[in-house]
Amino acid sequence: MSATPTTVATRSTSSVTRGVPLLAAYSWLVFAFIYLPIIVLIVYSFNRDGVGGFPPRHLTLDWYRQLFADGAIWTSVLNSLIVATSSVALSLTLGLLAALALDRASFSGKSLFRRLVLLPLILPGIITGLSLLMFAVYGGAHLSLLTVFLGHGTALISVATTELFAGLQKMDRAQEEASLDLGATPLQTFWRVTLPNLKLSLIAAGLLIFTLSMDEIAVTFFLIGRDNTLPLEIWGRLRRGITPEINAISTLIFAASVILIVIWFQLRTRAQRRTS
Amino acid sequence: MYSRAYKSIVSLPPLLWVGLFLLLPYALMLAHSFWVVRDGLIVHQWNLQNYRTLATNAVYAEVLLRSMRIAASVTLCSLLLGYPLAYYLSFHAGARREILYQLVIVPLWVSYLVRGYAWKTILGSDGVLNGFLQYLHLTNAPVGFLLYSPFAVIVMLTHIYTPFVFLPIYAALEHIPRPVVEASQDLGAGPLKTFLRVILPLSLPGLLAGATFAFVLSLGDFLAPLLVGGASGTMIANIVQSLFGAAYDWPLGAAISVCILLITVTLLFLTERLEKRWSFR
Amino acid sequence: MSPAPAIPPLEEERTAGPLLEVRAVAKRFGDHEVLKGISLTIAAGEFITLLGESGSGKTTMLRLIAGFEQPSSGEIWMNGARLDSLPPYKRRVNTVFQQYALFPHLNVRDNVAYGLRVTNAPANEIDPRVADALRMVKMDSFASARPATLSGGQQQRVALARALVNRPLLLLLDEPLSALDANLRKEMQSELKSLQREVGITFLFVTHDQDEAMALSDRIALLRNGALEQIASPREIYSHPATAYTAQFIGQTNLLRAEIRSGTATCGALRWPASAPDGTALFSLRPEAIRLAEVAANAVADSAAAEVRFSGTVKQQLYGGASELLEVDCGSQTLRVKIPARGPLSGEQNFSFFTGDAVPVSE
Repeated sequence: MSATPTTVATRSTSSVTRGVPLLAAYSWLVFAFIYLPIIVLIVYSFNRDGVGGFPPRHLTLDWYRQLFADGAIWTSVLNSLIVATSSVALSLTLGLLAALALDRASFSGKSLFRRLVLLPLILPGIITGLSLLMFAVYGGAHLSLLTVFLGHGTALISVATTELFAGLQKMDRAQEEASLDLGATPLQTFWRVTLPNLKLSLIAAGLLIFTLSMDEIAVTFFLIGRDNTLPLEIWGRLRRGITPEINAISTLIFAASVILIVIWFQLRTRAQRRTS
Repeated sequence: MYSRAYKSIVSLPPLLWVGLFLLLPYALMLAHSFWVVRDGLIVHQWNLQNYRTLATNAVYAEVLLRSMRIAASVTLCSLLLGYPLAYYLSFHAGARREILYQLVIVPLWVSYLVRGYAWKTILGSDGVLNGFLQYLHLTNAPVGFLLYSPFAVIVMLTHIYTPFVFLPIYAALEHIPRPVVEASQDLGAGPLKTFLRVILPLSLPGLLAGATFAFVLSLGDFLAPLLVGGASGTMIANIVQSLFGAAYDWPLGAAISVCILLITVTLLFLTERLEKRWSFR
Repeated sequence: MSPAPAIPPLEEERTAGPLLEVRAVAKRFGDHEVLKGISLTIAAGEFITLLGESGSGKTTMLRLIAGFEQPSSGEIWMNGARLDSLPPYKRRVNTVFQQYALFPHLNVRDNVAYGLRVTNAPANEIDPRVADALRMVKMDSFASARPATLSGGQQQRVALARALVNRPLLLLLDEPLSALDANLRKEMQSELKSLQREVGITFLFVTHDQDEAMALSDRIALLRNGALEQIASPREIYSHPATAYTAQFIGQTNLLRAEIRSGTATCGALRWPASAPDGTALFSLRPEAIRLAEVAANAVADSAAAEVRFSGTVKQQLYGGASELLEVDCGSQTLRVKIPARGPLSGEQNFSFFTGDAVPVSE
């Protein structure tokens, strides 16, 4: 979880320095470092003889077949989906309000509030997770998907706030003033002017929160009850031993994440382009 | 333009929620650090015993130091990988910049677990890397230290955090107005001098932000050591995790967490001050 | 400290021949040809302006000389040596950028000293030279300030000092005054002009503002769509524009399309002697060259007379303080006439102009 990319300044079209082959080669090496492990993972999901050794021979789809027959995995996928969609709803709502508050209201302790909201982004997940665990135990709650949902929702408010705050800053304030001038109440203005302007930011933030919630493991680790989310189900499997079935589900997760993130990125650049 | 009612409506719910579900839990953790465990139960007796234990028992200091060393190594490696990449994309990639940027960002959001697992399968004695090395007849037997070592933790976390470090550095580099870079060359500074005297100083805020992020998150990571760290790669967060698990000493675990929190907040505070000083807008 | 130039180019650097030679330089960006085979020379010590609309290629030309672009074809030479094969940091050329491009992380003094430091100027020389440069642009009291705290005009002076302190052979100025408001602009124009005289460095100035070009330059090079339309001194280019474009771009004019037969040009009711061969020709006649005539036009136009008379109806009168701009309908065409202010006019009036003021121009 990190700060979302900021706007790119305009710049001249000519390149300032001549080509540097060493730097280019190094950059491609870095790219390779980033992608090779994932490629290896994907390749070995088709390997009959297990995860390891080289080179992979006997490519097969058996592991995928085994995966699709694996009930427990799909139950955990369902659990994750439930948690993720609920988290999106919660985080977006509170994140939108928080973004509006940061953008428009001034009150004492505002900067403390801002830091507090953004804290889960920068703090190691274990701290947020354990704090919420203690809170749950003290509140007498049993650990379950509900506690997981509360954990995700709370931690991911920061993502929603950051994204929506940026969207609000870019919005043309005069539109709201025009709406009020034409006779709309603040509520109508919010519904008819503010929200539509934030549409792209909302969708982008929602996609991001969804993806992060589906993958979340550190906070979930301490708040999980009997029902597993997908990452924790996989984590449990790792204890039992490594099989390419895990590669298979990882490959599918990777593919789904890529699609979601690419969509998210397109939305974001469209939002930036529209307001620049 | 916004009425008091409007401002109250937007401020109160998130304030209350954050107060209830963030501030209170953190405060609770702080409180726990001053309590003790006796006979398997947490006793609410306020004292400094946990902190005394941390200060006197060398094990904790050793693990904390090891964790900080690992975190520092991860930060350094991520910077060494991420900065040149950001520089290349910003100044040399031309029209392909946007595509390449997406390529760097995408792994960032792909599951931590997936990426960590990938390294686990690669680095093991039966893993892909050893198989590859033996296939090329570079080695005869599996290389042991690759997996279940601090080395493996550093490799895995560097892999995770390089894109994190890349992001703010790239943003900072993009914000440098190109005429300023041209002016430097116009005045007689070649590419290297221009980089050292103009580009690097102006990118420092982004560099700091990325480095802080990588360091803090690596310091508090407990999953990487569990996956690939083995006994020698245990980090401070694992101790916390076991204290909340089998070792059942929540107060002591809370005390260590508070320490991690303090280190984090101090670092954040310092870098925020530095970033303000070094940002020239 | 004498007021003598603190930053003259060293005498031994001046060689015989032009300072800068642009030889058939063309520049293409993809399919778009921005510069089409331009050749010109720049003499040492002159103030020459590249004038043109946006898209005319003037900024590209500047960037080619500075070294930020490479010519697609052609060569650039400076003092008898090839310039375009050198990177920007090796050229004895400095630039004042349009947005000033001051280093935000350095104060004014360090900004100005930058060029001296990176080229390893002798350490004991740097501080005095920087101080002199700042004094020359009247920014010496701002030496410790950061660029972000300065106004546009102040940043511009610092940018100027930063460039000049290095004693370049050629100073490039990329529309440096376009971001300033009108009054400040006039003031800076005057200062730039006297500064150039004082230091004697060759200035290559780029602008789209023709008044600015006329006021400041020793010579103007007018660019149009990547080609050199005309290059001459301001007086020359104004009184003898080579083409219709030049006549219309610099100042205002009336374009008269005339039929020439046996040494007489006829355009509607106007006739004057012209030495061009028979056929159609285009003439430029400046509004201020036309005067109110006391005597009515002759019934029979005297084609040999030095003065051409005609009459027309005043359709519109725009008062300009010191002058009036009239739109006069002469039957076959409408002419713009500029006369000293004299109160409202109406109806039919008599006008005249000297035949020499009808300048033949090509299309």
